[in-house]
Amino acid sequence: MKFSIQVNEGPYQHQSADSAYNFVKAALEKGHEIFRVFFYHDGVNNGTRLASPPQDDRNVQQRWSDLAKEHELDLVICVAAAQRRGIVDDGEAERNGKDATNIMDGFRISGLGQLIEAGIQADRLVVFGD
Amino acid sequence: MLHIVNKSPFQNDSFISCMAHAAESSTVLLIEDGVFAALKGSNVADHLSKAKVIALQSDVSARGIDANLAEGVELVDYAGFVDLVADNESVQSWV
Repeated sequence: MKFSIQVNEGPYQHQSADSAYNFVKAALEKGHEIFRVFFYHDGVNNGTRLASPPQDDRNVQQRWSDLAKEHELDLVICVAAAQRRGIVDDGEAERNGKDATNIMDGFRISGLGQLIEAGIQADRLVVFGD
Repeated sequence: MLHIVNKSPFQNDSFISCMAHAAESSTVLLIEDGVFAALKGSNVADHLSKAKVIALQSDVSARGIDANLAEGVELVDYAGFVDLVADNESVQSWV
């Protein structure tokens, strides 16, 4: 079955960033397909590569990236939410005159249309967060 | 239909609203702080009988309430969570 996931909360702030990851991992282990994971609101903070959590803690951003690499996941960050919170890729850096990027490997920045499409294309859309 | 509640019933009215809307044939999955709704003898425990209520095992254990759950509340792991989503045609998160 095809699942899409919406993540509305940032890492280390709200458990739903962990819940969403655990759900996606369990779904993949059961042989389901993840059509897309859409990061919205504070959820975009799951996609920075500049975080350095303590070594004995989970690295929320890195493990999304690793999972995406392993399973070719489509991890999409909402562009408007990203601009407000300073999540930047090459295109956004150029467009907004920023001197650096911080997007994590495996993530891409796009628009809300990607969430709508995720809802249409998948059999189920599961929302995590407040 | 599957309803997912992730808020404690002592924090806001998500759980009460969910139980007011859920059909008898619906399943309500409690995750994160939502698992507190499954406590035995609380002032919201009466609502548990309105639909089938299931709680996420890891979130129950993380909060140390395994031994304090109301009768009839079932437990699932993440694999069971995935099965519930797959088995129900519509899924509503009470965020």
